[in-house]
Amino acid sequence: MANQLWVKNRPLQKFSEGLVTKILFACAMVSIITTIGINAVLFLESFEFFKEVSFGEFLFDANWAPLFEPRSFGVLPLVAGTLLVAVGSLLVALPLGLGIAIYLSEYASSKARSILKPILEVLAGVPSVVYGYFALTTVTPFLQKIIPDVEVFNAASAAIVVGIMILPTIASICDDSLTAVPRALREGAFALGARKFEVVTNVVTPAALSGILASFILAFSRAIGETMAVTLAAGATPQVTLNPFVGIQTMTAYIAQVSMGDTPHGTIEYQSIFAVGLLLFLMTLVMNLISQLIVKKFSRSYE
Amino acid sequence: MSQQVETMPNSSLMDGGKKEITMRKEASNFNPNHGLRKFKEACFHGIICLATLSALGVLFILVFRIFNEGWTWLDAQFLDSFPSRFPHKAGIKSAIWGSIWLGGMTLLFSVTFGVGAAIYLEELSPKNRINKWLEINIATLAGVPSIIYGMLGLTIFVRFMALERSVVSGALTLSLLVMPVIIIATREALKSVPDSTRFGAAALGASKWQSVRDHVLPSAFPGILTGIILAMARAAGEAAPLIMIGALTYVAFTPEGPMDAFTALPIQIFNWTSRPQIEFHELAAAGIIVLLGFLIVCNSLAIILRLKWKEEKR
Repeated sequence: MANQLWVKNRPLQKFSEGLVTKILFACAMVSIITTIGINAVLFLESFEFFKEVSFGEFLFDANWAPLFEPRSFGVLPLVAGTLLVAVGSLLVALPLGLGIAIYLSEYASSKARSILKPILEVLAGVPSVVYGYFALTTVTPFLQKIIPDVEVFNAASAAIVVGIMILPTIASICDDSLTAVPRALREGAFALGARKFEVVTNVVTPAALSGILASFILAFSRAIGETMAVTLAAGATPQVTLNPFVGIQTMTAYIAQVSMGDTPHGTIEYQSIFAVGLLLFLMTLVMNLISQLIVKKFSRSYE
Repeated sequence: MSQQVETMPNSSLMDGGKKEITMRKEASNFNPNHGLRKFKEACFHGIICLATLSALGVLFILVFRIFNEGWTWLDAQFLDSFPSRFPHKAGIKSAIWGSIWLGGMTLLFSVTFGVGAAIYLEELSPKNRINKWLEINIATLAGVPSIIYGMLGLTIFVRFMALERSVVSGALTLSLLVMPVIIIATREALKSVPDSTRFGAAALGASKWQSVRDHVLPSAFPGILTGIILAMARAAGEAAPLIMIGALTYVAFTPEGPMDAFTALPIQIFNWTSRPQIEFHELAAAGIIVLLGFLIVCNSLAIILRLKWKEEKR
């Protein structure tokens, strides 16, 4: 009896092994299904939309008034609003993010690093709706104090909080790529008599440029896709303007605005959010792919 | 000739040295310019320190403002009341219970599929083109804006599968959103398990799945858990996809099953923030304190786990 405790049950084991592999494969396929689902949903509903509105009107008309008569579906004001906020947020986040990354990777002691990194993570983990609150109750009143004719809803305050939001992304990716630059490069520069900041600006930063660039593009795509903070802070008046102190509407804010109202399924307003969503999806997709490509193509290896 | 060569440096050092150095100085452009460079160095150091401090300052102002506004509103009555038109009667009971329901179900779906997918990709899959494609696909999904996931959820779960505006629709949508986070974190954790573990198990006759189940997964567990916690923290703060699928802002009951309508903490905060009255802003701040409290617990758990794990690895 005792020597029969160990039974080699090959067929059963093979069967269960195969079954588990198949189940796990199905789990992995969920991500493919999600991608297909996103594309199908956006394209199908947009297709309905473009039956009513021509491509040319959608892309090149400069008036967006989908909810009231006379209707007009030119997406340019939404794109302009989105870009205004995104570019503004980059102006805030680029110098700060790169500065923080350089400080963390080149100057900070390991103790300071071990405190600062978790704090940055906390900053990255603050939900976007909280930044919206911050923009509306702190940043806008502050701006109004400096420049009196700032509107309650304005692009500048949205851009500032979105900048704070994408700051940790930039800082941590730049930090990683700066840290990845091999020591020998720094030591070579030091041996030639360079000071620390000369090493950083002339040797280390150029060597890490691909990662830095990729982080900028990734942050830009995050800023474009950001929803809650801009919905709360930037307002709901679609217009093409370069003035950051007036209200605008971003693509994401428009989508959120329509979905909060009770828009019946099948109407042109309902379909318009999918057309805007498709454009948003394509913009972020292109930027994410570019940033992945930069990392792959231009990352030099020093081995 | 050879003597001359030998004496040359000597002589220049001994007697002609001073002269030659002064001569060189006149002739060459070498100018270390120490003063200016030192100044630049100091400026640079100052600027990057300032950048870092400003980030800390922003975080401080943010936390200070929120506590300052919301602290007085945060009491038992606030936690145990439903939303109301009157700020003094309003509370976040339905929002908290909605978030708990949502979080629990999201955890269930996203961990099942996320960890499963990561195990397949990292341990069991043949390394072929399809898997390369899967990997690129997951990286791309991680960059899709959350509101797009909301549109997906609205069309597929709410309308096509007719799950209505229920907890389960919300949880499925959020699960798709955080799945890439969990997959990427789990793969990192699995990658960090040394191959000797797998070889050891295989040498004892374990099949691939047995070695993964009994040896690789347990030793990767803290890393996976860290990823899951961070993913849950992200899901807890998401409002955009829930607004897309039509989670309601005024819900005066707690959900009792997966098919009930719901609201969630970020949505309640959004709703209060978007009202003009200052009292509602303060209520929003109180809600934010609760939300941030939860997130900070999550983040600290993740950090502690990571540190412990690192120590054990040594």
